[in-house]
Amino acid sequence: MPAPAEMRIVLKNIDKPGYTRDIDCYLKHGGYEELKKAIAMAPADIIAEVKASGLRGRGGAGFPCGVKWGFIDPKKNTKPVYLICNADESEPGTFKDRQIIHKEPHQLIEGMIISCFANNVKLAYIYIRGEFPYGAKILEEAIEEARAHNFIGTNILGTGYDLEIYVHRGAGAYICGEETGLIESLEGKRAYPRIKPPYFPAVLGLYMCPTIVNNVETLCDVKHIIKMGGAEYGKLGRPNNTGTRVICVSGDVEKPGYYEFETGKITMGELIYEVCGGIKGGKKLKAIIPGGSSAKIIRAGEVFKVKEKQADGSMADKEIKLEDVILDFDSLAAIGTMAGSGGVMVMDETRDITRCLANLSEFYAHESCGQCTPCREGAQWMKKITRRIATGEGRAADVPLLKSVADNIAGKTICAFGEACSWPVQSFLAKFKDEFDAKAAAGTGPVVRPVEPTMSAPKGSAAYKAAKEPVIAG
Amino acid sequence: MAFVKNAFQHDILPADTPLINVQIDGEWVQVPKGLNAIEAASRAGKFVPHYCYHPKLSIVGNCRMCLLEIGMPKMSPDRKPIIGEDGKPEIGWIPRPAIGCATQLADGMGIRTDSKLAKDCREGVMEFLLINHPLDCPICDQAGECKLQEYSVEYGQSESRFVEQKVHKPKKVDIGERIVLDDERCIMCSRCIRFAREFCKDDVLGFTQRGGFTTLAVHHDKRFDNNYSLNTVDICPVGALTSKDFRFKMRVWFLRETPSVCTGCATGCNVTVGAREQTVYRLTPRENEDVNSLWMCDQGRLNIGYFQGPDRLTEPLVRVGGSQVGAVWSNIYPQIQHKMLGLKGEQVAILASARATNEELFVIADVRRSLGGDTVLADIVPRPGKSDGVLQNADRNPNSAGTRIFGLNYKGQNIAKIKEAIDAGKIKALFCFHEDAVEAGIPAETLQKLDLLVLQHIVPGPTGALAHFVLAGAAWTEKRGSMINAAGRLQRLNKATACPGSAREDLEILLNLRTALTGGNSLHKVEEVFKAAASQYPIFEGLTFSRITDLGVQLDRSKLPRPQVVKGSVVAEPDFAEEFAPREMPVKSEGLPATTPRISA
Ligand SMILES: Cc1cc2nc3c(=O)[nH]c(=O)nc-3n(C[C@H](O)[C@H](O)[C@H](O)COP(=O)(O)O)c2cc1C
Ligand code: SF4
Ligand code: SF4
Ligand code: SF4
Ligand code: FES
Repeated sequence: MPAPAEMRIVLKNIDKPGYTRDIDCYLKHGGYEELKKAIAMAPADIIAEVKASGLRGRGGAGFPCGVKWGFIDPKKNTKPVYLICNADESEPGTFKDRQIIHKEPHQLIEGMIISCFANNVKLAYIYIRGEFPYGAKILEEAIEEARAHNFIGTNILGTGYDLEIYVHRGAGAYICGEETGLIESLEGKRAYPRIKPPYFPAVLGLYMCPTIVNNVETLCDVKHIIKMGGAEYGKLGRPNNTGTRVICVSGDVEKPGYYEFETGKITMGELIYEVCGGIKGGKKLKAIIPGGSSAKIIRAGEVFKVKEKQADGSMADKEIKLEDVILDFDSLAAIGTMAGSGGVMVMDETRDITRCLANLSEFYAHESCGQCTPCREGAQWMKKITRRIATGEGRAADVPLLKSVADNIAGKTICAFGEACSWPVQSFLAKFKDEFDAKAAAGTGPVVRPVEPTMSAPKGSAAYKAAKEPVIAG
Repeated sequence: MAFVKNAFQHDILPADTPLINVQIDGEWVQVPKGLNAIEAASRAGKFVPHYCYHPKLSIVGNCRMCLLEIGMPKMSPDRKPIIGEDGKPEIGWIPRPAIGCATQLADGMGIRTDSKLAKDCREGVMEFLLINHPLDCPICDQAGECKLQEYSVEYGQSESRFVEQKVHKPKKVDIGERIVLDDERCIMCSRCIRFAREFCKDDVLGFTQRGGFTTLAVHHDKRFDNNYSLNTVDICPVGALTSKDFRFKMRVWFLRETPSVCTGCATGCNVTVGAREQTVYRLTPRENEDVNSLWMCDQGRLNIGYFQGPDRLTEPLVRVGGSQVGAVWSNIYPQIQHKMLGLKGEQVAILASARATNEELFVIADVRRSLGGDTVLADIVPRPGKSDGVLQNADRNPNSAGTRIFGLNYKGQNIAKIKEAIDAGKIKALFCFHEDAVEAGIPAETLQKLDLLVLQHIVPGPTGALAHFVLAGAAWTEKRGSMINAAGRLQRLNKATACPGSAREDLEILLNLRTALTGGNSLHKVEEVFKAAASQYPIFEGLTFSRITDLGVQLDRSKLPRPQVVKGSVVAEPDFAEEFAPREMPVKSEGLPATTPRISA
């Protein structure tokens, strides 16, 4: 059976020859029609449509969007409600939001205005990754265009509804994408994620007011839900995994890139071997990380036991091969990993798996915000151990040690970064224990080497001078 | 009435807070509603280790030391709690640990502080905290009172699994006038940052760098010079913040701890005096929610140098001809008695002190009465300052209230009269008690006209050189006695060290003088003097010295003589609350030394 064709809804116009990102082009292709439709609806009806659509967040956690919106009770709430578009896209392996921002910013803005109107939001922010300066400029231009057409500003389209959208450039850290870290950063502080409870964004979010944080793609989907109707949109995909999903493929495939499919209509095998043209250079598959770098790795040739609902409603065990795993939230969760942010990373047989993990651990050690003990200390420790193993300085004891360090982080931290940094370690070790054991045991063990100057105090600073031993290890 | 208002108060709830039933380590107990799991557990006698949580600071939940297991009451479909066989609600335990500091308990909830999950979490966090720690306990001032040490013994492992090189960070960082930071020891609990921000309103501390390189720092063009800065040394769970005054001076386990009261101002912060042998090494605030909560100002804390310096009087002196020579106490009293013979009340004056204890003031007032009562001019030296709206009181005398009770306080207005009377030859004898007459405004030329000048003090000062008798007295850490703070709270000083040399406790000296001058010899001990005072001054009715306890007793404010404040031409009787109404907080302390001298250090 050939792979299903892409179903481009969010990416519909993106990369179309001759399609430009300006508002005229957008309007020519039917842009802002859904806004006009939505703004004539009752806000509660829009929320009902989003609920009916079954839309789940595209930012990573897959939380039902309508449920998230429903946490804020317009009857009880007396504070202003904020909406923040999470455009911090920093998860390694994920590069979809950037395409939308660069190539069709008005789709996002239209989705945002509809979402703001539905939730009675008067002030919204687009928190865009610091390393996307060009994207920020594009968004700012697009907002001005939308304002000129009275889609943003006061008395939008004569309805009396006012909305302002600001673009805020991020502070250059992965953790700025975690929604409460993002909120702190937007408030002008270090992006230290907040403890939940009590600081759930829907209750005590931006400036301690109810706040909705949604991913770029999620907000774009809202526009299409209005267009199709929630029930109709909900028919796309599979129950509980509705709509379409942009999937970013990177790594050792012939045709890496971003693709959009009806959720749950494509298998891993189809994606890699048909859509992406197979493993690069005719090599063999070794492993896949299916949902951004935080998702647990799966190994080529794995066979998973899953429960499957039978026609009579009963559950039965079923074995499925990796190639047959369906790419949606529930199917990936059932095999012990996650759809996450939609970034599929493919590794071929030549990859040294210990180096792959060392690479990821390096990233997480660098990006831990350092606020809470297990992640701050553990992420760096895991980096040091994985690096040693990968560079031939391991010991047999490192493998169980590494696992136990990861186990001591996951589930014990302030934010989900704790899981994000330990899941790769846990899963790499579980799936490739043989390779880790072999490489670690063959290593020399820790080698003591002269230390380099510290990174922790800028050279020439008073603190640097005061440091007795300005050295840093690892 | 507590002077200080904490921004947060997680450990104290209003008395009428309703109780809820919660299960703590298997036992059902009643605790007030609204407590977090750490506080609730402590009411049930269970200690949940914690670093970042502090009852008076905001909750950030960053150390993860307080992870424990929590459970919710199981609910039936109609949302009623399911009752188990034992008649108690059934609890559904959540498999993920939660932090105790940010978990508010509700009725029917349960916590497990000693389950395997909770223990494993603690052990993991302890290990993480130690891997990059320099482990320099042998040279660390915090050793002995370090939470990292304590908890690692209690909850950690004995062996390190860390074979990597540690992260190195700045050491000996000078972040303020009185504080040194060792970044390698910092466990990044952010208590100091929150204290500076929330209590001092002086947001100068923060973290720089990220992840494992996170480094505490002071804002690059600011310093942490706040007058409350040293409290961060107390609340820092480790030895990252050390007091320049105390560091490297003494191991904390050698310190003898004595509860007492700071005499730096009329607030009377409760303190613990840390001393060894004859030397006071440090003061630390002692919790008293009716006075200073958990804090004290740096000025008060470092006010231990002036009585431990080289000019400290260690023996009584007698003037012989043009010079002063050391004397024996037993010879002094008859000599003073002899010089006083035939002097009438109006020929004698007393410069008392609002730094004296009630017992001392009582004896002074008693002697004054025998010598002629109101005809004996008396006064104290007022020390007006500015209230900082936090703890420090506008009245820098610790016991002005006592001086008013004993009728010795004329707001300094009698000092000029005393000077005039000496100049006019009317006053022949002047007793200065812990106040320096020259500094109080009676010039040396005037004092030289006296037939008898007695100074009882701890340092000689300009008056000492002129005195016929210099009586070496005691510093406030060397004696017992009581004082009354600005809010009318009666509090006790305790003796932490002995007087140096042959200096004597002031009450003893005064009682001997009293015997010499009036013949009265009925009183000996502080307790007896207090009892005598209580029988004569109704404000102390029903009290004994021991009943004051270490936390003090509140006197009936309506019966206390009020301080009279002159506002314009009108004499106003201010309310106590008004007198201490918060004012703007000065960020810098006034000319405070970074370190204080110590006699034997
Ligand atoms: C460490 C970390 C990084 C994250 N980074 C992003 C990000 O870059 N973009 C994003 O949309 N969501 C990110 N998230 C998820 C957000 O916290 C949040 O769940 C999401 O923005 C919600 O949007 P959605 O419901 O539309 O998916 C991150 C989460 C964590 C724990
Ligand atoms: S888990 Fe890591 S990233 Fe999240 S708050 Fe803690 S230290 Fe920061
Ligand atoms: S210096 Fe002390 S109080 Fe401040 S963050 Fe570090 S460990 Fe905590
Ligand atoms: S506020 Fe007053 S009593 Fe308290 S420590 Fe400072 S000087 Fe001493
Ligand atoms: S005390 Fe609860 S996390 Fe630090």
